[in-house]
Amino acid sequence: MTSINMNVNGKAVSGDVPDETLLSEFLREHLRLTGTHIGCDTSQCGACVVHIDGKAVKSCSTLAVSLEGAEVTTIEGLANGDLHPMQVAFNDNHGLQCGFCTPGMIMSGVDMVKRYKAEGKDLTSDAIRAELEGNICRCTGYHNIVKSIEDAAAKM
Amino acid sequence: MYPTKYHKPASIADAVAALNGGDEAMLLSGGQTLLATMKQHLAAPSDLVDIRGIAGLSGISANGNELTIGATTTHAEVAGNVDVRRLCPALADLASGIGDTAVRNMGTIGGSIANNDPAADYPAGLLALNATIVTNTREISADDFFEGLFATALDEGEIITAVRVPAPSKAAYAKFAQPASLFALVGVFVADSGSGVRVAVTGAGEDGVFRHAGLEAALTGSMGDASIDAVDISDGNLISDIHGASDYRAHLISVMAKRAVLSL
Repeated sequence: MTSINMNVNGKAVSGDVPDETLLSEFLREHLRLTGTHIGCDTSQCGACVVHIDGKAVKSCSTLAVSLEGAEVTTIEGLANGDLHPMQVAFNDNHGLQCGFCTPGMIMSGVDMVKRYKAEGKDLTSDAIRAELEGNICRCTGYHNIVKSIEDAAAKM
Repeated sequence: MYPTKYHKPASIADAVAALNGGDEAMLLSGGQTLLATMKQHLAAPSDLVDIRGIAGLSGISANGNELTIGATTTHAEVAGNVDVRRLCPALADLASGIGDTAVRNMGTIGGSIANNDPAADYPAGLLALNATIVTNTREISADDFFEGLFATALDEGEIITAVRVPAPSKAAYAKFAQPASLFALVGVFVADSGSGVRVAVTGAGEDGVFRHAGLEAALTGSMGDASIDAVDISDGNLISDIHGASDYRAHLISVMAKRAVLSL
């Protein structure tokens, strides 16, 4: 067991966890932040994507104990009173069907919009499709997911 | 996952001590292969020694025409680095095609080459670019480093600290990605150092990454896709699996070599 401290969604959190605890487990089982989904558990599907120190990562492929002092943002931390523009865009564009992949899609979407804006690059629909390589939707909802991210990019 | 004990040493000496102190200790860097392997119960290290807390192991510097890339530098950092883009854009392109965005934010160059997956991208790049792998005890040429399937020249307790890459006069990497895993079904890295051409192939060899003597001789003689047509690419010692037979991979080596040459 190791004692860990990190900042999750702007709040200091701590816990004693077995060393092999994955960040996804720590978020879901210890902090009860069940918005982070575990789809494949083999780092393929991206349902578990969160931001660590501002970068999108797969929380099922990261050890919680390695994140002492890290800033973690999950889907629960995006909305600030009102829904985040990416969440609104998924709602407006019907960017989900069953919704299982949605937390990861939204976290990846926010990451790509921020990154492209910071680099001064145009986030085209082709770029969005390539950027979504690590997020899998099995409802075949990609068209509306791409539309949602394009819509949010114009508003963020 | 089976239980393991996590260490985050602040120095190479402490990391070596932790490695030697466990029954079956393993180094952890980005963990994008190792943690997945542990979840599948294909690895069960008694101890994980995370080297990301050691100062000086991360980051990229350029000295004249040579890049030095720290072992814990992520694929995303290599892909976006201005010095890599300036001195060896083919290596930045290679890094930008590994896995997906989230994997590139965690996975590291040191972890990739220490694992030496037969379908990984970096081994082809470093072998073709005649890179030097720097460890805590010595320097190893890429020719000597990649020994076979998941096998390297690293000794017990030896830790990669950096990779040194001489800038080529021109280079390119072409990968035919296996669409589900994004690993190379076949990847060919062509590097012209100015004094000769080196061609490394990943994804295809039964013994992992390898240099192709026939392609190197043909392209050193005349750099162009027509030179490749004259090269006999044998399917001996090439992988046959559900994704492709060895003769298909042999054909892809030719096609990917041409694509690389045409993009130089």
